[in-house]
Formats: sequence, C-alpha cells, structure tokens
Amino acid sequence: MTEGGRWIGAPVPRKEDEALLTGRARFIDDMEPVPGIRHAALLRSPHAHAEILSIDVSKAASHLGVYGVLTGADIAAATRPIPSAVRVPIDYYPMAVGKVRYAGEPVALVAAGDRYVAEDALDLIEVEYRPLPPVIDVKAATRDDSPLLHEAVGSNVVHHRTFRYGDPDKAFEEADRVVRLDWTFPRYSSTPMETYGAVAQFEPAPDRYTIWSNFQGPFILHALMCGALEVPGNRLRLITAPQSGGSFGIKQGIFPYLVLLATASRLLGMPLKWIEDRLEHLVASSSASNREDAVEAAFKDDGTLIGLRFFNTVDVGAYIRAPEPASVYRMHSASNGAYGVGNISVDNRLVTTNRLPIGLNRGYGGPQFFFALERAMEAGARALGLDVAEIRRHNFIPKDAFPYRAPAGSLYDAGDYEAGLDKALDLADYAALCAGRDRARKEGRLFGIGMATAVEPSGSNMAYVTLAQTPEERARAGGRSGGLATCTISIDPSGAVTVKTVSTPAGQGHATVAAQIVADALGLTPDDIDVMTEVDTLTSAWSLASGNYANRFSSVVIGAIGEAARRVADKVRAVAAEDLEVAVQDIELADGTARIVGVPERSLPFRRVAARTHWHPAGLPDGMAPGVFETAIVSPPELGPPDDRDRVASAVTFGFICDLAAVEIDPGTGKVEVRKYVSVHDVGNVLNPLIVEGQIVGGFAHGVGGALLEEMVYDADGNPISGTLTDYLCVTASEMPRLTIGHVDTPSPHTALGSKGMGDGCSMLAPVAIANAVADALGREDIDPPFTLNRVWDLAAEGGGAG
Amino acid sequence: MLRIEPGARHRVTVTVNGRLYSGFAEARTLLSDFLRHELKLFGTHVGCEHGVCGACTVNIDGRAVRSCLLFAVQADGAEIGTVEGLATDGVLSPLQEAFRRRHALQCGFCTPGILISATQFLETNPDPTEDEVREMLSGHICRCTGYEGIVRAILDVAGDAS
Ligand code: FES
Ligand code: FES
Repeated sequence: MTEGGRWIGAPVPRKEDEALLTGRARFIDDMEPVPGIRHAALLRSPHAHAEILSIDVSKAASHLGVYGVLTGADIAAATRPIPSAVRVPIDYYPMAVGKVRYAGEPVALVAAGDRYVAEDALDLIEVEYRPLPPVIDVKAATRDDSPLLHEAVGSNVVHHRTFRYGDPDKAFEEADRVVRLDWTFPRYSSTPMETYGAVAQFEPAPDRYTIWSNFQGPFILHALMCGALEVPGNRLRLITAPQSGGSFGIKQGIFPYLVLLATASRLLGMPLKWIEDRLEHLVASSSASNREDAVEAAFKDDGTLIGLRFFNTVDVGAYIRAPEPASVYRMHSASNGAYGVGNISVDNRLVTTNRLPIGLNRGYGGPQFFFALERAMEAGARALGLDVAEIRRHNFIPKDAFPYRAPAGSLYDAGDYEAGLDKALDLADYAALCAGRDRARKEGRLFGIGMATAVEPSGSNMAYVTLAQTPEERARAGGRSGGLATCTISIDPSGAVTVKTVSTPAGQGHATVAAQIVADALGLTPDDIDVMTEVDTLTSAWSLASGNYANRFSSVVIGAIGEAARRVADKVRAVAAEDLEVAVQDIELADGTARIVGVPERSLPFRRVAARTHWHPAGLPDGMAPGVFETAIVSPPELGPPDDRDRVASAVTFGFICDLAAVEIDPGTGKVEVRKYVSVHDVGNVLNPLIVEGQIVGGFAHGVGGALLEEMVYDADGNPISGTLTDYLCVTASEMPRLTIGHVDTPSPHTALGSKGMGDGCSMLAPVAIANAVADALGREDIDPPFTLNRVWDLAAEGGGAG
Repeated sequence: MLRIEPGARHRVTVTVNGRLYSGFAEARTLLSDFLRHELKLFGTHVGCEHGVCGACTVNIDGRAVRSCLLFAVQADGAEIGTVEGLATDGVLSPLQEAFRRRHALQCGFCTPGILISATQFLETNPDPTEDEVREMLSGHICRCTGYEGIVRAILDVAGDAS
C-alpha cells in the first residue's frame, strides 16, 4: 500500500543517468551477444521505380573476406511475404523482388568479416535495371492513367473508406459560414540519434531465430514476423538492447530488417550484425506520411462549430506496411478534437508512391490531424471576425461533461479545457501580445499570433486499426479489443526487488518512474529497486501491445506495475502479520520495514520478511505459495471492440494541450522568428515532473523542426535529396525558440495513479500553431509547411491576402 | 612517411583517459570505429559518420574533435579523452552531476559527445553567456531533450566555477 505517495510525483533524478553519463550504458552496436558474428551491408536501389533485369553477385561473392551474398530472390524463396493490415494483393518482402519501388530499397545483402569489407563487396555487385516512370505526385498517383506500383492491385489507392457520424450534410446545409482549406503536409521523420541495429542468429534443431535489436514494439508485429519466417512464436525470440538511442516511433520500422537478417542468418549459417548508417536511415528507414488533405468546417455566425468534413489523402510510400493504415486511424475516433461538434465525415484514401514506406513517428497521425482541425478553427475565426481564443472557448467540451463520449467513439476521461486556455492566455499575456501585434503591423512588420489545441491520446486500443475494415469484414475476422500491459515483480532470496516492465523505453525514464511506483507500494526507496525495461519474448511476460509507443507508459503500463506491486505488498504484509501476530490490515510497509500501524517500533526488515518466502516455505501462512514472483497483466476495460457504426474507444486517456505561438517574419530573408511560444498541458497527475518537462520540451523541438526546417525531399524522379544531416536539418540549440510551459492537471479516472499518457505533446501542435501564426502574419490561409526561408520569402514577396 | 598498403593493418598506440592502448587499424579505419570496435571503448557513439551530429566527439590533445572524421592511424601517439574518463574514482564530474540534476539527457546517445565538447568548452571559456553555450551546442544534435536541460546544466557549472 502506498505511503501517501512519497516518491510518486517527486522530481526524482533518473536511475538511468549514471550509466549513460559515464559511457557504460549498452546500446545495440555495443553488444556482441554471440561469438562468430559477421557483418551485413545492404545494396540499395538507386532508382525510385525500376524493373530488376539481372543481378550478378559473382564478383562480390568471391571477394576476399566475404561469406555470402543474397538477393531478393533468395529471400523470397525462403520466406513468405510479410503480412499487412490491409487486404490487398501486395507481396511485401524485406528485399526487392523483380522490381524496386523506392530509392533505397534493399536489393542485395553481403555478409563479411567486417562492415568495411562488406561495403567494398557491394560495389562489385552488378545490377541491370530498366527504369519505370516514377510515381511521386500523390494526387496524380490516384488517377486512372497513373503508372502503378503494384499491378495486381490495379490502382495506387490501396485503401479507401468513408465514415459519417451524426448528420454532417445537414450541418453544412444549416451553416452560416463554411470554410475550406487545402494543403500539402510535408514528410518528415523523428530521426533518432541512434540508427537501427540488430544481431540475428539462426540455430537449427530445433529451428530457432534469436534477434537482438533496438526494435521498440508494438510486439503485435512479432506475429507478422513469425508469419513471414513461418515459425510459431516460441521460435522467434526477440530481445531488445538494454538502451535505445531515441526512437519516437521510428524504431517500429526496423521489423522488416529483422525478418531479412533472420533469414540471411539461416541461409548463410552465421550470426549477422547490421547497423544502419545515417544515409540509409534518412532514405530507407521509415517516416511520417506526407499528405494532400483538405478540411471543411461549418460554423454558425456566433462561432459554433456544427460540422466537419475531412478529406485525407495519405502517401504511404511504396508498400503499406503494418501497422499502417493506423496513422490515419489513431486520431479518428477523436475527430472532434477538444470540441463538442457532433457531425463529422471522414474520407480516407491511402496511396502508394515511389517513396519510402511510412510508419510510426512522433505524434503518429496527430500532427496531420490537428493541422486540419486547428487550421480550420483559426480560418473560421478570421472569416467570422472572432478572436481565435474565444472561438475555441465557445466550442470546448465543458468540464462537467467528462467522461465524454466523442461522436466517433473515444471516451475522454477528464479535462478542463477552458482552464487550460485561460492559463495559456495568461502565460502569453495575450492582450499585450495582441496589442504588440497591432503596433508591429502599423510599423509595417509581419507579425502573427496562432493558437492550437489538442486532445492527446494515450494507451492505444489494438483494435482501432481494424477501422480500416468494414464492420462486416471485422465480424468475419473475429473480435479484437484491448491493449495489454504486463509487469513482473520478483523478490529474490536475498530480499532484493526486481521489476520487469517490458516497456522498451528510448529515453523516457521508465526505470525511474517504475521504481518510484514500486518504492511507494513497498515502503522502499527507488534506489532499492532494480528495473529491467527490455523485452525478451522467450522469458518475459509480454503481449501484443508491449513496447513503447502511443504514450502508453504513464496510462497503461503503470497500471500493470501498480497491480503487481500491490500483490507483492499484500504478500509481504501477510507474512509479517503472521510473524508479528496481528491482522494483515494492521501491517504497513514503510521505511524499509514491515511494521504495525501506530506501533512503528514493532517492525521487521522488509528484506528479511520477503526473503523468508524463499528460505522457509513451511513457515508461511497456510495456503501461501512460496517465493515472490508476481506478474500482472492488465487491459483497460474502456478499450472495447469497434461497434457496427465504426465507433471505438481508441485510447485510455486523453490529455489536453493548448499552444500559443507568436511569430515575426523577416520579409528580407523569409525567416520565421518565433517570438513567443506557450504550451499548457493536462497530463493528469504528474508522476515525475522532471521527466514530464523533458518530454514536453523534446516534443516541442520535433514540432518546431516539422514547422520550420525538416522535410524529406524527393525530386520529380523520386530521388531522395535529403539524405545527410546537412540536407535534412534537425533543430539545434541555436534555433530552439524559448518555451513557456504551464499545467492544468485533471486526474484521469481511467488509470491507476490518475496520470495520463504524454510524450507526443507539442510535436502534434507546434506545426499548426506556427502555421496559424504565419497565416496571421501574412494575412493568407493558403500556406504549406515547412516554413523554410525560400518558401516564406516567396509568400512574403507575393504580399498578403491571397487566402 | 608512413605508408600502408590497402587492406594491411597497422599498429596504432594511443593513450585513452590516461591508459595506454594498442590495437590494429587499416589505413581507412575511422578513429570512432577503432575506439569502439578495436579498443572496445563503447562509450563514444556514432550518429552520422559524416561530421554533423557530434555524437562521436572525443578530446584529442586538448581539443574536442569528431572521431568519425579522423582515421585511427592519424591519432597514433595521441592523448585521447573519452566519456569513460570524465568521472574520477566513480565520482561524477560537476558537469555530469549537473546533467543528471537538470535532466539534460533522455536516451543519452548524444550525451558522451556533448559532455566532451562542453567540458573542453568550459576549460577555455569558464564564464560563457547562454548564447555562447547555445552556439557551442549547435555543433551537436540531440533529438530528445530540446537542449533546454543541457543549456541549464552547462550554465550551472559555469556559474559555480566563476
Ligand atoms: S558521428 Fe561523428 S559527427 Fe556524427
Ligand atoms: S538525449 Fe537522446 S539524442 Fe540527446
């Protein structure tokens, strides 16, 4: 039982830090888990779209130091296609077979004694290509006369569904004012500092694959990998490295490479290591989707939002890889955002092009969704002559409406959006900021203010992806629901506590927060508790939803940790109660002891009581199992299956974010200077304020990058031209705008500790908040991010008012 | 002048964190690879291998240098400082302590390079302004922290020192 939450909520410095600060933490490229490892390098397609006429590997294979060369044909002969979440006739293998569909697609693999030699041998492989017309323009790709990526599909549109909630047509008929916006959302990527890496080993008799990697989950992909490798789950052992150098979702996309390396290890008969280099990462790992979207919003004259229509055209790249089309469905059941609007339609089209396949990326679908909704709110305010803050206040779900069932099925747990807005206006000194804008404009300067609000989903329902199927298809496929989290807490014969969270963090401090929770439950300190966060699918308790994504740690995983800790505490208290000859309810765990409530001098050391469960089973209370080894598996009851009207509770908690940006544009250079940025968050109860703040600032940096700098650029032929970090510009310390953070925290009734998931944060909102400010500064609505110097300079030179 | 044939391996001897190390490198072996995979000093990280991210930064003869932009053979005989050498007898340096206190690291992948640069920077510039700290840091990419904690940590130590 917790002792008043002594550690939860405190700014406990991280357990992880000392090893990281002294260079002793171990990442995948630091690991040599088995002897005899050879090194793999990949030959990649120089063409966006081409037929492979022939591949001659003979010179490479006979190169000194080379142990083997494999091509797509070898891989296809040894595996099945990797299954997809969408039923389309696309055979996706982790290496090109017959045809390349994006520049950077793997074409051949060389295994050698070291990476240098492997790369030498890549130069000796001779591939004859017949270039095909590239499909790069997303809109053109949807037309009947477009060249096709996958002939068997008969179209580049690989998924199309429409949804209606309420009566959107009626709402648009009754509207006083309708705004419509069309835009292009750029493709960008969270580009963690550590790239993909893996060591794969195949062992025969019985056949078993073991792969060490920095894969981050979701482990639902384990099932797909097993499908491709044609093994049952217990023959594919995935082990994650102790530390992962950032992920933000991207390290989900390593999974096809795991299939590739596993297969290559089997075919070549040796363990193989592959560490992706930065050039590979920037052209061939994964990224968020670029989109060609439009939104229509129906307003009454008083600013009431009565209807929304979303038209989403998502470029998925060359293949639709699981868990896509999840990026367009993650926000779907919260399509009303923070507003009480009930009439919504959504049209989703997913299109293949000759770009890199998309996948998880920070905010996953959020930056694109909120770009639509929050640009529409702001354009609506301007069209109606209303204040951008007040139009939002007018439409917010009121604080007494929670828990709130959204039209498309999400169950919002708790919130006070108006308080969040007020806090943001207060921190920004909004009235003065507006006055400053007016003054600046009188002086002829380009100054703008933009806002954005978001609900932040956390702890995904694994079933939301099945919105990609019709209700009939779902019924045929069988039920899906839930989002399991697991945690194991054990106490060894010395009385020491170990927690296993299988949560594969990449810098989010899970070990620290888990130790805080368990310390409170057991009356210990976080230093007393060891935490392992990695997954080993052979020895850990894990499930489909295991891993680190969708902000799930502080909503779902903490539930499993808390439940396991409660069971351990109950057991230790029961043993102590017997020793001290009192009732269990009279025992509390505190200060490293089990003691009688109100009589602290009658106490036993925690360690000794716990250890006795191992040393003296016969002395335990009747019927008690020896040892302490508790595994809790929880799935939030809110996460039911989608209903037959396509409504689903897609996440456990919905935090709230309100951002306000003020920018000034230098018309001489096109530079967008962020003069002020305020962000107010509702993360429920804060578990560790240091970590929460770190996540908020980090998410902000990603959002700023997406708004101002970052874009994975392809030329008209499909050549990626942002393949180095000098071309793909990440935000550095000098470009980071100052961020003012505020909190309005409403505890979640859906989680064990009242916390909500967080982490995506401003990565979802900074692009649209800054876009809104840029639109305000330029006096036009037809603007597309990223707001790079060239683009903004052109817009400023054209003069305002085109919107 | 030293001449090494392609594929031939050459003995390279360096002092790292005060201890003598010796290993073999080809002419083309990057210093970052030599430190990590030949000397097994995995604390130095590699984020780009094209000189932009700063993760691989080590101290060579008193200067912060990107080890992915040097060949190991060029460092023969050098005095090298890496992240493994910053703490003394298990006690974190003031900068390492400040990084922990200020939550200046999340995944920690960029951290070794930043610690090496910042330590060297503070030696030559003990009382920097925030802008100077940010300018120095702009030679490093951190994708996790948004730099805020890093800037605070460095300024903490600078403030204490002055
Ligand atoms: S690895 Fe050397 S600068 Fe990036
Ligand atoms: S802490 Fe992860 S890149 Fe800096």
